[in-house]
Amino acid sequence: MLGMSANSVSYNEQGSVESGVDAAQENSSIPASISGGGAAFSLFSADCKKNEDLKEMLESNKESLKLEAMKRIVGLIAKGKNAYELFPAVVKNVASKNIELKKLVYVYLVRYAEEQQDLALLSISTFQRALKDPNQLIRASALRVLSSIRVPIIVPIMMLAIKEAATDLSPYVRKTAAHAIQKLYSLDPDQKEHLIEVIEKLLKDKSTLVAGSVVMAFEEVCPDRIDLIHKNYRKLCNLLVDVEEWGQVVIIHMLTRYARTQFVSPWREDAVFDENSEKTFYDSEGRRVDQSKPYIMDPDHRLLLRNTKPLLQSRNTAVVMAVSQLYWHLAPKHELSIITKSLVRLLRSHREVQYIVLQNIATMSIQRKGMFEPFMKSFYVRSTDATHIKTLKLEILTNLANEANISTILRELQTYVKSQDKAFAAATIQAIGRCATNISEVTDTCLNGLVLLLSNRDETVVAESVVVIKKLLQTQPSQHSDIIKHMAKLFDSITVPMARASILWLMGEYCEHVPKNAPDVLRKMAKTFISEEDIVKLQTVNLAAKLYLSNSKQTKLLTQYILNLGKYDQNYDIRDRTRFIRQLIVPNEKSGALSRYARRILMAPKPAPVLQSAFKDRDRFQLGTLSHTLNSQSNGYLELSDWPAVAPDQSVRIVEVVKEAGAPLLGKSKPGKSAEKFYSDSEEEEEEEGSSSEDSSSSSSEESESESESEENSDDSNKSSSSESDSEKKKKTLKNKKLQQQKPDSKDRYWSHSKALLLFIMTKFFSIHIVLAFSNQFVANCRCSLLCLCVFLACQFDAVSWHVRVSLQASFPVFVPETSHELLHRMTGKGLSAQYRFTRQPCIYGNSMVSLQLTLSNSSDQALENIHISEKSSTGQNIHRFNAIERLEPQASVTVSMGVDFNDSTQAANFQLCTKEDELSVVSIQPAVGELLLPITMTEADFTKEQGKLLGMNESSATITMTPENISSQSVNRKVVSVANLGVIPSRILLSVSL
Amino acid sequence: MIHSLFLISNAGDLFLEKHWKSVISRSVCDYFFEAREKAVEPDNVPPVIRTPHHYLINIYREKIFFVSVIQTEVPPLFVIEFLHRVAETFQDYFGECSETTIKDNVVIVYELLEEMLDNGFPLATESNILKELIRPPTILRSMVNTITGSSNVGETLPTGQLSTIPWRRAGVKYTSNEAYFDVVEEIDAILDKSGTAVFAEIQGVIDACVKLSGMPDLTLSFMNPRLLDDVSFHPCVRYKRWESERVISFIPPDGNFQLMSYHISAQNLVAIPVYVKQNISFFETGSSGRLDITVGPKQTMGKTLECLVVTVHMPKVVLSANLSATQGTYNYDPVTKILVWDIGKLNPQKLPNLKGSLSLQSGAPKPEENPSLNIDLKIQQLAISGLKVNRLDVYGEKYKPFKGVKYVTKAGKFQVRT
Repeated sequence: MLGMSANSVSYNEQGSVESGVDAAQENSSIPASISGGGAAFSLFSADCKKNEDLKEMLESNKESLKLEAMKRIVGLIAKGKNAYELFPAVVKNVASKNIELKKLVYVYLVRYAEEQQDLALLSISTFQRALKDPNQLIRASALRVLSSIRVPIIVPIMMLAIKEAATDLSPYVRKTAAHAIQKLYSLDPDQKEHLIEVIEKLLKDKSTLVAGSVVMAFEEVCPDRIDLIHKNYRKLCNLLVDVEEWGQVVIIHMLTRYARTQFVSPWREDAVFDENSEKTFYDSEGRRVDQSKPYIMDPDHRLLLRNTKPLLQSRNTAVVMAVSQLYWHLAPKHELSIITKSLVRLLRSHREVQYIVLQNIATMSIQRKGMFEPFMKSFYVRSTDATHIKTLKLEILTNLANEANISTILRELQTYVKSQDKAFAAATIQAIGRCATNISEVTDTCLNGLVLLLSNRDETVVAESVVVIKKLLQTQPSQHSDIIKHMAKLFDSITVPMARASILWLMGEYCEHVPKNAPDVLRKMAKTFISEEDIVKLQTVNLAAKLYLSNSKQTKLLTQYILNLGKYDQNYDIRDRTRFIRQLIVPNEKSGALSRYARRILMAPKPAPVLQSAFKDRDRFQLGTLSHTLNSQSNGYLELSDWPAVAPDQSVRIVEVVKEAGAPLLGKSKPGKSAEKFYSDSEEEEEEEGSSSEDSSSSSSEESESESESEENSDDSNKSSSSESDSEKKKKTLKNKKLQQQKPDSKDRYWSHSKALLLFIMTKFFSIHIVLAFSNQFVANCRCSLLCLCVFLACQFDAVSWHVRVSLQASFPVFVPETSHELLHRMTGKGLSAQYRFTRQPCIYGNSMVSLQLTLSNSSDQALENIHISEKSSTGQNIHRFNAIERLEPQASVTVSMGVDFNDSTQAANFQLCTKEDELSVVSIQPAVGELLLPITMTEADFTKEQGKLLGMNESSATITMTPENISSQSVNRKVVSVANLGVIPSRILLSVSL
Repeated sequence: MIHSLFLISNAGDLFLEKHWKSVISRSVCDYFFEAREKAVEPDNVPPVIRTPHHYLINIYREKIFFVSVIQTEVPPLFVIEFLHRVAETFQDYFGECSETTIKDNVVIVYELLEEMLDNGFPLATESNILKELIRPPTILRSMVNTITGSSNVGETLPTGQLSTIPWRRAGVKYTSNEAYFDVVEEIDAILDKSGTAVFAEIQGVIDACVKLSGMPDLTLSFMNPRLLDDVSFHPCVRYKRWESERVISFIPPDGNFQLMSYHISAQNLVAIPVYVKQNISFFETGSSGRLDITVGPKQTMGKTLECLVVTVHMPKVVLSANLSATQGTYNYDPVTKILVWDIGKLNPQKLPNLKGSLSLQSGAPKPEENPSLNIDLKIQQLAISGLKVNRLDVYGEKYKPFKGVKYVTKAGKFQVRT
């Protein structure tokens, strides 16, 4: 605890002031556990010496010594001790080859960089280098540390690194980039606009790994930019099940907020809910309108509810709670019941989880008793529960009480009153009071029970009973004068101030019902007035005033005595009250008109207090939030908006078709979405390897399940398919359902018309596994058939084994497209124009490069000299430049070849073309995915071997439209090879590719 | 989200701190200490504490408080669930999660915390992934490391991180392939004075220990899946197949994990395996009381009750207990006021009995309420709900694994009111 006192000097940062103090403490406790060879280091008795030694160890040549030193330093950090003077010695090791040492140095850097900004800058270049490392773990951890160093001067470097990482091919690195966005934002909020751009880009990411992190960044940086979500809404809904559990929580909370701004309320009284609305998603809009239902749920609204429902079965309590609150805030009321069981299940979890869940149930149970009534017994209190759990359970039981179950609940409450935990017993009495007011049938029973409690031996119980009885009596005083008399008798034995005050108030208020007792009580009070608590004194003054007005004959003197005592009381509240009362009730010339109304003021009928739940107003906060738990708005709480009266434009969520038919396979490679895809993939493999017969009997039930699912939809999809074909747009939005939707109704037909192909590709960093699955559909009333081509690219990050694999022989490309693309127009190039095309040849400059042919022509009237690519390459790609062209005559053209290493991404390579006179504008080449491939032939055994190493999945898809007459294997081949650099294997496999 | 984490022992010793954003002084924990003091019992510490600038969300586990510091709105369950996951990871790595083991392995703890959160947002919480990044300490490995200089830290990104099945690591190899499942059921019950159940229900979990090579795809089916009313699954289980076919189909994580937890539908009557005859009374005069407890078997389905323990939280005024047990041993702790009677195996022929007198603090009023009894028990080879595993099939791999299912019934929160 010494450390604490030292730190309290500066609350949020541990300034250098403390270092001395901390240092002094360090030597007293060398963490014996950390210094593995404790004996070797026991000689450091003086502190400075010890740090000297750590320094020495860090500067030694031995890795093991350095590691040992770092481990001990981390031990110091963990204990909250200061080790910051070692900074220079530690930072030297940032580039260490030993990964554990490096990681520990990172830990140290992040902890102290803020205090040693100048020295921290020394390490930056190491990270910048590591950002380009082929190992994605190293790239990611470099970005993590770089973004965690809170040094304002490196903001531009961080920004650049984030932008670059956001387009990295590894989803893990992109995830790290999403985290870095928040860090940079907290370091420099001025970067907001730039960061939003990155967020926008990452929101489009299809990787489940990235989704949660980027939504987190969105919530932190720009939660109000709801427009960024529109286009990604459906994708997020569909990805949700496969996102890791923490991401799910964040996404669900965000989508709850989103949905409240975009959809109309499903809670209308007259809303007759259509159970079949599942279908509406695939149904044409027109048919729905015909049914003239007053409320039709937006299909997107339904999509969200449907896709979150399975998550109620999650093992993660936070996910279950998130889904529950989503249903609470978004679902039609009659669908709410499905969350009940799951919430009750959470009550089996840890104490802390119970606490939060019970709080939320308490809020829910006020509005909707029916939801939890069947589970009432789950809220019975056990003597071993923690106090706050007990109180919450009690709260819920009280909320659930109704005419039917009140006798059961009261019996249960009776056992609680006897609890040894007196605070809990008191809370139970309050609960009984609430039951009594809410359910008039049992008011008398409760009141009698409470009166019995007045003879309880425990004072808190009695006091609480008095307070509750007071509240109950206010509702019907005339019938209960005997209870008031009973309480007057008890008055002497009760010492708890609140209870005494309550009795005094009751006496005063209903003095007409107990005309004999009240003056007597006042007499007793006059005796003990000076020794009473303030609250009792105030009520005594009140009682005196009321009796004076109703029964002045008996009490005049007493009242005057008490008012005199009050006049000189130490508490100014009591003095004030006394003065006020005196003016009010004792008529004199100064008092004026007010005293005439004294009786009406003091004896006015008072409304009975409403005994209500402490959770009554909690529903103003979104359930499951910190603000709800604390019942006060916490920092960064995002208000849940009310439903809009009219739904905003639904079309904003429609995702446009990015590529037209025949366009290159441009889709970015992203990991596959779901486990299902993974399985269906291996499915097709089996088929290919097993036998040529395309019998689907071997297909596992996984497939048949999706089959049956699609069968449900097949009717709809058939009917709507004609409309679909001309509005391809719509279909695209249902991308993930596409395969199923396009399936004709019978399984056999599907398989007979589809062909599965396996392709294998490797590039420098990735081995890519391609499955080409075609399915063509012959639907009778369809004008043209659609040929769906899906390419699943499975990527595995594997730089090491690359060297082994380059030995594989690249086969010749089947098809080299003649089309060339414009690189530089002659107008912008001041006479120089340039065109490029992909030659689809293995690049001679490097294995990982894509070879390009550049045609430069001079359309000006004078010769251009020294045409070359500027040395300053503006993006990260490695470019092999062509040799400078010394002179290009007017109207002449020359063809040169160059190589670009696109790092297996579709990120454009930018470079600058220069002539002798001019530096021309920056040009860029954006490769299509198909062009990054290189065909390799290999044996099936090799293929399966490589394939076995694949884990991650990337998907890239494009649609080719063909007329039914044209479908033949050649035409398909032609189409496919025109967009991707693939090879053809003549056997039963149509195509095979590798690099 | 999570700004900092402090680990505090039950004795109030702050022994580890970790910050994911800028450093927050440990003086923030003073608010926690204040609440801790007010709560008296560690269980009564409120899980969420508000301070002027921060929010403290804490859990109490294995005699350690995990106190996390939050600055902005966050779902509290998110933090609580994560902290429990941290505690479970420590348990998984070091065999137990205690102050000593954490202090002994402080570097690994730090490396783990570094991997589990980035900027306060969970990064890797799957034990299979973490174990590839940071290898758990074993005596053998630490010796090898000292000699060869190799490290405990993985150099490449765990394959699970990128795959669609992040819970399983790649390249698993075993010489003998085994898959064991434990069906563990717990009876939660409250019995009233007369022995009738006020409330009783059965909750169960299936714990798995799967050591299978490669990428096996398992299917577990039940004889009577209709019994299961509410279920929650490990992420590896395909929910759709459960919905449609009531079978559990999954690619398992490697090693130990909890496959599912379930709740038996309320329609089924719960068999209460034990009855308790008790008589605890306190006398008005003489500052003493009497205690007489007899335990006997009720509906045990022909099995033996084992590990029978009766725990009584005595009222504060009970100073000591002078009892005699016909079977087992009893112990009364006058500080915590807890009486524990460890019976062991129940012999139906000769019912165990605990009898004797209690002495109370002189002068104090007699306790209002009799203490309730908490009962612990275990029945081997029986799932009290009658749930039975039908079969386990392995797809995707050629070998024939050893398979085994074990059933155990335990008392959960089993309380007898007196």
